[in-house]
Amino acid sequence: MTCKEFLALLDDMIDGTVTAEARAELEAHLGRCPHCEVIFNTTRKTIEIYRSHEIYELPASLRDRLHAAIMARCKKGC
Amino acid sequence: MPTIQSIAGELEPHPDVALIERVRGGDLSAYDTLVRKYERQLFRIAQHITQNREDAEDVMQDAFLKAYEKLEQFQGNSKFYTWLVRIAVNESLMRLRKRRTGKMVSIDEDIETEEGSVPRDLADWAPDPEQNYNQAELGEILRKTIQGLPQGFRIVFVLRDVEGLSTEETAETLGLSIPAVKSRLLRARLQLRERLSRYFHRKKAVKKTGVGK
Repeated sequence: MTCKEFLALLDDMIDGTVTAEARAELEAHLGRCPHCEVIFNTTRKTIEIYRSHEIYELPASLRDRLHAAIMARCKKGC
Repeated sequence: MPTIQSIAGELEPHPDVALIERVRGGDLSAYDTLVRKYERQLFRIAQHITQNREDAEDVMQDAFLKAYEKLEQFQGNSKFYTWLVRIAVNESLMRLRKRRTGKMVSIDEDIETEEGSVPRDLADWAPDPEQNYNQAELGEILRKTIQGLPQGFRIVFVLRDVEGLSTEETAETLGLSIPAVKSRLLRARLQLRERLSRYFHRKKAVKKTGVGK
C-alpha cells in the first residue's frame, strides 16, 4: 500500500467503515510509515477536539429568552 | 392521511415521533420539549454558517417557528432532527445572502481549493496538545481555524463530525451526492489538521544558551 492509497482510505479507517482485510493492510502501512501514522493520529485528534469542545455556546440566560420567544410565537399560531 | 412512520429499518420508533404526534394533537408542551432538546445544536450550526451571533439567534428562532408551521409537511421518512437541521441550514444561507447582497452564497462556493488535500505538515503533535492552552485560548484557536475553511467544507465537517449526522443524512440535508460529502469531509478534516498543527506541535526543547546571550 502506498501513502496515496492510505490517504484515500483515511476517512473510512477513522470512521471504522473498512473491511477487516482493508484494515489489516492499513494497519500494516501505519506500522512502517511514520508520516501516515502522524496524519492518522492527528486527524483523529482534530475531530475529537472539535467534537468535545463547544466553541459556540449558548449562554443559559440567552437560551431561556430565545426559548420563551419561540414558544410565545407558537402559542399565537406563529 | 399519512401518519408518522418510525425511522425505516429501526424496530423502536424514535422518541421524537411520539412528541410530534402530541404536537399535532395540539399539545404545545411537547413542542417545548423538542425545542429544548435541539436548540443548542441549531444555534451552533447557524453560528458556524453565518459566523455572526445575532444572525445565529435569529436563524435558530426562525427555524423552530418554520418547523412548527410546517409540521404537517414532515413525513417522518427522515429523522425530525435532520429535517430541522435542513431548515436551519437553509435559513442560515438565506441570512448570509441578505448580508452579502449581490454576492452568491451557496455551499458550493470556494470549493476549488486544493489546499490541505496533500498533507504537508508531518511533525507529530504533543500528547493532549489542547492542555497547553486555557479554555478561552483554545476556543479562539478552534474558532479561528474552522472559520478559515471554505464554507462548503465547513458545513459538511460540522454536520458530519460535530453534530453527528451520518454521511447519508448530511448529503440529504445539503442536497449533495454521497461522494461529494465524502470528498469534502476528507479535505475538511485534512485542512483543519494542517491548520491546527501550528498550535499543537510538540514543543522543541528550549536551549538555555544561545541566541541573545
